Amino acid sequence: MIGLSHYLILSGLLFAIGLVGVIRRRNLLMLFFATEIMLNAANIAFAAASYYYNDLTGQMFAFFIIAVAASEVAVGLGLLIVLYKKFGTLDLDDLASMKG
Amino acid sequence: MEKFVYIALFAPLVSSLFAALFGMSPKKTFVGVIASLLLATSFVASAILAAYVVQTGHGIHVTMMDWISAGDLAIPFGFVVDHVSVTMMVVVTLVSTVVHIYSIGYMDHDKSFNRFFSYLSAFVFSMLVLVMSDNFAGLFIGWEGVGVCSWLLIGFWYHKADQSPEVNPSISPSWAANEAFIVNRIADLAMLVGIFVLYWNTGSLQYDVVFAALPYLDESILTLAAIALFIGAMGKSAQFPLHTWLTDAMEGPTPVSALIHAATMVTAGVFLVIRANPLYSMPEVSEVSFFIAALGTFVAFFAASMALVERDLKRIIAYSTLSQLGYMFAAAGLGAYWIALFHLAAHAFFKALLFLGAGNVMHAMHDELDIFKMGGLKKVMRGTYLYMGIASIALAGIPPLAGFFSKDAIIETAFNEGTLFLWAMLVVTAGMTAFYSFRQVFLTFDGDERYKEFDIHPHEMYKFVLVAMSPLALLAIIAGFFQGAFQKFVTSSPLMPDYVMSEHTHHLAIYLGILVLIFAVGGIVLAWKKYGNGLKRDEKCENSFIFQLLKNQYYIPKFYAEFISKPYYLLSQIMWKSVDMKIVDATVDSIAYLFFKGGDQTRKMQTGNLSNYLNWMAVGLVLMLLVAAVTALIA
Repeated sequence: MIGLSHYLILSGLLFAIGLVGVIRRRNLLMLFFATEIMLNAANIAFAAASYYYNDLTGQMFAFFIIAVAASEVAVGLGLLIVLYKKFGTLDLDDLASMKG
Repeated sequence: MEKFVYIALFAPLVSSLFAALFGMSPKKTFVGVIASLLLATSFVASAILAAYVVQTGHGIHVTMMDWISAGDLAIPFGFVVDHVSVTMMVVVTLVSTVVHIYSIGYMDHDKSFNRFFSYLSAFVFSMLVLVMSDNFAGLFIGWEGVGVCSWLLIGFWYHKADQSPEVNPSISPSWAANEAFIVNRIADLAMLVGIFVLYWNTGSLQYDVVFAALPYLDESILTLAAIALFIGAMGKSAQFPLHTWLTDAMEGPTPVSALIHAATMVTAGVFLVIRANPLYSMPEVSEVSFFIAALGTFVAFFAASMALVERDLKRIIAYSTLSQLGYMFAAAGLGAYWIALFHLAAHAFFKALLFLGAGNVMHAMHDELDIFKMGGLKKVMRGTYLYMGIASIALAGIPPLAGFFSKDAIIETAFNEGTLFLWAMLVVTAGMTAFYSFRQVFLTFDGDERYKEFDIHPHEMYKFVLVAMSPLALLAIIAGFFQGAFQKFVTSSPLMPDYVMSEHTHHLAIYLGILVLIFAVGGIVLAWKKYGNGLKRDEKCENSFIFQLLKNQYYIPKFYAEFISKPYYLLSQIMWKSVDMKIVDATVDSIAYLFFKGGDQTRKMQTGNLSNYLNWMAVGLVLMLLVAAVTALIA
């Protein structure tokens, strides 16, 4: 029987994968993918908890996050294209221009 | 009638603001003319108010607006025009108007002409706030306002360099201004304490409320309040031991000396004692009142003694102001408040006249003030000679001029109270007063023309200035005749106790008057014998111990410099170097250094690489999760 804890463990694993991606990856596009994974990890946790407690609030939040993520991707990808046109690369090590 | 109160009060303020508009521009005569006109307006309004108070017999009380109201504390901007304050208003605005007109001539060549009128009018406004306020807080505002204006005006020629005390005892205008301001601060601290004591124990600062509550207060509280308020009065009225600033204040322009340091501001202390007479006439504080009288008598004698040997024209007159203030305090301390007020008014007229005359002499002699370098000036300065002669006769107390009536009344009071020692000292001082005032007149105007040796070509003052001085001269002559009317008017106020001589004194009054007169005439004759035919210096006398003692002002300025200023300076240096630099500054500096160093070290984190930042963010997230977990476990 698959219970709440299974979903939460899956969510935690996905979040960890996303976090490692955010930390380790150098390509901005990959960073975006990693953040998406983290957001969806949170979605899974919300949806599972919502089903478990019989409370729709969690699912509402999940939808909300999906909407926010969609708009974020729309803006973010636009920015990425501009950055790529300007610098010819998306590698973070080459994009460091604000060294203190 | 209310509108006249506001006109009298605010016309000088308007004048000051108007002149301030032109403060930075070159001399404009119309500024002086308009300022004088506004002051004259204020005088006319005061005169109308005085006539109203005389006719109706009661005062006017207006509340302009609430100033402070917090909890139980309610202090309005209220003004009271009663018998006492209307007397002061008329005196202040009259002398101010004359001095304003005079200044148009006197400050003729000064490049800060407009600024001068701005300060002078601001002073008059502050003085009116002081005398008209219906509570101690308003009085204090005016008190500080006149202090600031006095500071501005003493230091009017602030650009003059410091000189050694041997050359110029006042060192420099800015030094003298600071001295006056600091000495007054010391006294004002005591005055604030007095006001606080009254507020704590009566719950109000309004005169009528405070005075009504006095009979229910403890003796110790009454004594403390009386002493503290009197110390404030001592500072403003330059009583011993806070007297040194007044003679040094003569560094200011002469119209300032006439208005502020003779006729009005320095009498504020006397006014305070008269205003607070319900406090000072309480039987519980009779010792304080007697101390006031004794100190006043002492200062009268003490200042007159220093005037005997002084060579600086303005400083002689300053000493005589000190001495006359002593007389006023003697009367107020003995309970003869209306006599003190009468002498205050009469003194304002003839002393302002004397100072303005001295200003004419100074103008003529190109800022030379040493009377040993003058002599024979009556040939070129007829008008000024006449004015200074009148003022000196009034000061010396020769009938029928004003000074005779007012001063004689004070001396009679001392006799009437049975304080024969004070009486004797006041009589002797009257003789000394006559001597030094006529020594100064004879040395300035009579005898050989010593100024020729110094290549000075004196000239008489402008005509309009002499005409403007005439009201003061007239009042110096006739003011004494109004003694009876003045007594009836002022003492009809419920706040002003009457003072009448006993039957015994009344019988002897004529002999007492003649005795004082003998002393006064004796002083004049002595001055004539010694100085009437030119200056004959007596080496032996000038080298004697007493002469040197008087010449050096009893070594009091030197004492203050050696035993107060210098140790204080040393202490300040130690505090600066050890406490301020090593503790306070070091603490502040080290905090700044900590942040600077911390920033310098941690700025390496700013690599500009987004990846690094995200790593740090992850570290932070983990740390916060850990903290949350640990606190959850502990709880």
